[in-house]
Amino acid sequence: MEENQEITYGKVNRDILKTLEKPGKIYYILLLITLSVLGLGFFAWMYQIVKGIGVAGITHPVKWGIYITNFVFWVGIAHSGTLISAILYLFGAKWRTSIYRSAEAMTVIAIMTAGLFPLVHLGRVWYFYYLLPYPDPKLLWPNFRSPLIWDVFAVTTYFIISFIFLYMGLLPDIAAVRDRSTGIRKKIYSLLSMGWTGTDREWRHHSSAYLFLAAMATPLVISVHSVVSWDFAMSIVPGWHSTIFAPYFVAGAIHSGLAMVIMILIPLRKFFNLKDYITQRHFENLAKVIIFTGLIVAYSYATEFFIAWYSHNTYEHEIFKYRVFGDYALEFWIMIIFNTMVPLLFFFKKMRTNIVSLFVIAFLINIGMWFERFVIIVTSIAHEYMPFAWGTYKPTWVELSITAGSFAMFALLFLLFVKVLPSVAISEVKEQLKPPKKGGGV
Amino acid sequence: MKKTPSGVLGVFSHLDSTLKAIEKLKEEGYKDLRVHSPVPSHEIEKLLEKKVSPVRVFALFGAILGAVSGALLTTATALSWPLITGGKPIISIPPFLIIVFELTILFGGIAVFLGVLLNARLPKISLYHMYEPGFSEDLFGIFVSCEKEQCNSVEEILRSSDAKEVRSEEG
Repeated sequence: MEENQEITYGKVNRDILKTLEKPGKIYYILLLITLSVLGLGFFAWMYQIVKGIGVAGITHPVKWGIYITNFVFWVGIAHSGTLISAILYLFGAKWRTSIYRSAEAMTVIAIMTAGLFPLVHLGRVWYFYYLLPYPDPKLLWPNFRSPLIWDVFAVTTYFIISFIFLYMGLLPDIAAVRDRSTGIRKKIYSLLSMGWTGTDREWRHHSSAYLFLAAMATPLVISVHSVVSWDFAMSIVPGWHSTIFAPYFVAGAIHSGLAMVIMILIPLRKFFNLKDYITQRHFENLAKVIIFTGLIVAYSYATEFFIAWYSHNTYEHEIFKYRVFGDYALEFWIMIIFNTMVPLLFFFKKMRTNIVSLFVIAFLINIGMWFERFVIIVTSIAHEYMPFAWGTYKPTWVELSITAGSFAMFALLFLLFVKVLPSVAISEVKEQLKPPKKGGGV
Repeated sequence: MKKTPSGVLGVFSHLDSTLKAIEKLKEEGYKDLRVHSPVPSHEIEKLLEKKVSPVRVFALFGAILGAVSGALLTTATALSWPLITGGKPIISIPPFLIIVFELTILFGGIAVFLGVLLNARLPKISLYHMYEPGFSEDLFGIFVSCEKEQCNSVEEILRSSDAKEVRSEEG
């Protein structure tokens, strides 16, 4: 995009603000579909609250089912947003500018979606405040040695910092929207823009803050999925108790998140006619990073098996055999093929430059990554130490509806985001262009 | 209406004209300049010779406060009910460090946000009436605070630097 000198500051504003104009029919149809599926999910949750957690399929021995699978999946989806917005910013990768806003919005929305699942999984959701650090009447505080409380701190911090980071980036762009709107819209955007006028003072502090927030978000994002992985690795369950879990989960998170970014950018680019901003190069770069994360994920799978064999531990041997040949063999092979083999197709230039193949591969990776979490969580507790305590798990319609509802909620919030706020960073895209100069330049 | 200091606003279409005007104004001894731009500009920042943003200090103190809060929260609550669980020490340093780390980042991030608001003087209730909406699109602007008598010479400098438009304001 930065090579294209036909793009001027004014054109960037016009093109991107066009995305906020009155939507067409397709948009409303999509809203209706997502709202209906979300309604179904909400109904299922209400049903579970009224009838009790027994309506879900989670029971002895598999007490962590697809609610926890979804939690890990959605937290993972959030990660690539931070990779693109913060980590690539610190590395000075300029190609990130036109895609980072939608990736960062995806992060915030995905954490919101993820955050619902521990509550759904609780059953009696009204006791959620037990998780918070407050002194109860007996002055008993949460046990800070428990990975579950680390999760509360990590995910809450991640949400707040990602939200601040998104909002900081949005400030100058909200001002741009404000300056071109009228009536009640102008009032709302004025409030949101906090009176931003683009003075040297504002820019100076803004740029400094942006750098610090990126520097803080980078270790944070690594810590969040590490903490999520420790929910499993801190226990002594075979297949979970492994030191590789933290890096393995972080790589997997970025793997699935990048695939989701591709799946979001393709329709965004098409419907809003953003071909000048979201280019082939962006997709190619994302595909190349996916090859890298896919290889790390493949290496992690291989290491897990190697260590299980090398350990000479009967239980470890058994669980890994069970994963490959047991009740969930199909899910296991979906995970292996979709996460490690399918991404290798991106080695072919044709595959990473064709929109259809990009979308299909990204979609398959997301399915694969969802099943990865399912396989890790369910197989280990279905087939733990004592054979007489083994069992299988099948999600019920309640769990499946809530899962579908979560995907609908994610899509709905993203649809609302792209119509309310600029989904491409106006000021940062302009920063990459040559400024208008009288003596040459634009 | 609230009284604002009198001054002159020059609106520019080009960055180089804006930079030229800033230089001239500085030569004439006008220090109190407020420059508007659609994007952050290192060239403008360099000419204005402002100090490094103190937001970094906010980040540091926020992070220290977060780390101390995390350490206090975990150790003090563990000591307030010293019950051994899982055979682990009452003050278990490795797990407590996770809480310390998360709160370091949380408080640091919030402090950075507050640092921007305080230093950039945001939020502003209303935009000053001379604000040009084009500043968020492709226009640059220089607002110079000046006494009534000086304003004429400021206007002249701005005009001679190819300002697209010059507006003056009376206090």
